Amino acid sequence: MTTTRAPALWLAGALLAAVASVVLAVTIGPTDLGAADVWRTVVDHAGLSGALGTEPLARLQDATIWQLRMPRVLTAAAVGAGLAVCGVVMQSLTRNPLADPYLLGLSSGASLGAVLVLVVGITALLPVAAFVGAVAALVGALALAGSMGAITPTRTVLAGLAISQLAAAATSFVIFWSATGDSYRSILSWLMGSVAGATWTSVAIAGGAVLVLGTLLASTGSILDAFTFGDTAAATLGIPVQRTRWTLLIGVALLTGALVSVSGSIGFVGLVLPHAVRMATGARHRLLLPLSALLGASFLVWADTAARTVFAPRELPVGIVTAAIGAPVFALLLWRGRRAPRGLG
Amino acid sequence: MSAPSTDRRARGAGAARGADALDRSGAAQPGAGLAVERVRWSVDGTLIVDGVDCTAPPGAVTGLLGPNGSGKSSLLRLVAGVTRPDDGTVRLGGTDLVSMARRPRARVVAFVEQDSSTDLPLTALDAVLLGRIPHRSLLAGDGADDLRLAQDALARVGMAAFAGRDLGSLSGGERQRVHMARALVQEPRLLLLDEPTNHLDIAAQLATMDLVRTLAADGVTVLAALHDLNLAAGACDHVVMLSGGRVVAAGPVEQVLVPDVVEAVYGVRCEVLRHPRTGRPVLVLG
Repeated sequence: MTTTRAPALWLAGALLAAVASVVLAVTIGPTDLGAADVWRTVVDHAGLSGALGTEPLARLQDATIWQLRMPRVLTAAAVGAGLAVCGVVMQSLTRNPLADPYLLGLSSGASLGAVLVLVVGITALLPVAAFVGAVAALVGALALAGSMGAITPTRTVLAGLAISQLAAAATSFVIFWSATGDSYRSILSWLMGSVAGATWTSVAIAGGAVLVLGTLLASTGSILDAFTFGDTAAATLGIPVQRTRWTLLIGVALLTGALVSVSGSIGFVGLVLPHAVRMATGARHRLLLPLSALLGASFLVWADTAARTVFAPRELPVGIVTAAIGAPVFALLLWRGRRAPRGLG
Repeated sequence: MSAPSTDRRARGAGAARGADALDRSGAAQPGAGLAVERVRWSVDGTLIVDGVDCTAPPGAVTGLLGPNGSGKSSLLRLVAGVTRPDDGTVRLGGTDLVSMARRPRARVVAFVEQDSSTDLPLTALDAVLLGRIPHRSLLAGDGADDLRLAQDALARVGMAAFAGRDLGSLSGGERQRVHMARALVQEPRLLLLDEPTNHLDIAAQLATMDLVRTLAADGVTVLAALHDLNLAAGACDHVVMLSGGRVVAAGPVEQVLVPDVVEAVYGVRCEVLRHPRTGRPVLVLG
């Protein structure tokens, strides 16, 4: 009958795929390791080697897994999941299929905040600065959209583009004015989006943000459903429209700030993943939200694995890989949707 | 506006309010149905709705008529609770709708907008299930009851065979029926319709109004903004004529849709004939 009647199956499959992706991605790299090695490392660090009778790995292998690959893969998973959830929530609240944290200027705002503190050298404040930048960009975009009249999908995306360009120009200016040599290169790779420098602190920031904010946002399925036919329909279904919109968008800005602070701005995950999932399962958010999160995690884990292995020993910023995959996929989605009677307006 | 005011008598006389429930509404009790009193609403200092008093009896279809810009849609949005009046009361069966919390209000009032569209891929059944949101916890999914009610509602509007179809693939009339089903599963006591026949071909217009009449026959209070005077003459029990944000006439169709009122409001001459088969008034314009 409808396409949304087997949610448990979808979720179980996606969860399995996400776990398998993390384990497999950790085994891939110049040092040859297997899934069993990953298991032994995790058991060892959980202090259970004695209890379960497994041998800890040699120190070098252990460090490769525990200090390098594990934090990186887990950060990628958390960032992918978080970006996908942000994309779903923004697309639904602005009723704009093009909305994602990247396009509406949130990522650019977060980047501006982060680059400012990087240049000044107070890296400890990076997550805070990224969050403040994201919120400022969100408020700027929505205020600009609102100043043109009612906040419509088209106005939102135009305002977001304006804010995004402004923040990007300011970021370029800051880099041009103050960055030199090495810091220039590291800022650039960070601006394109990368989880190469991920540590357990990154895992804690991104993972914590996704567990707390992502879970809260992912539980708003019915509320987002109510927005399907617009603000008036949502209001007549008993939703306090303005308060809900601002609360959820600030939640998205917080989450985006946290994600951008560890990974830079990675585009297309928040844009393409929700569209692809919707095509498979329909637009009901109760399934769309968690499923997008799980598939977003797998997607970014594999995109990052490609980024560090395809041109090894050179590494690409993962943002280039997501754009290289995301842009054609998005074009394909647009092409498949060309028969839809209504446009973006 | 110097048009005759045939229905100001209910004003201030609380007991008489329900007595406007005229023909075809034997079940009406005093105080039941919708009562709008002194409702005023302005945007940036411009009065859009200027002290409206009107009633809509239960179990009957009340048409809200008037030219473009007369305040029909604004009044519906005020009654639906989408916007808040600056002044005045909106009561349903004695309960004040303005001060009511949103979710309880969404369980008694349903509103079908003029243009409801979405770019999302959504089946007809999923669209109807949205109407259950006010009735269940925001954390819960669709229960078996919700699913059954949604399927019943689709059957009720003659769309049972379309449950799995994508909304975008339906015709305007079919989509309108789905939106009606979505309003039905809200189990409303008051159903508000904003130009429900807009953009529909004549067969779909008549079918939609027939559906509205059967819903009213079940005891739902229906208030529908309509553009087409003849459609209103054929399908409404009671009409409220708005002009410039004020009620200029209200009452049974035969009393309001008369040449004097139509000319005063629209500036158009008309003759009122009788439908040879139904006996309902038919307006010949010009």
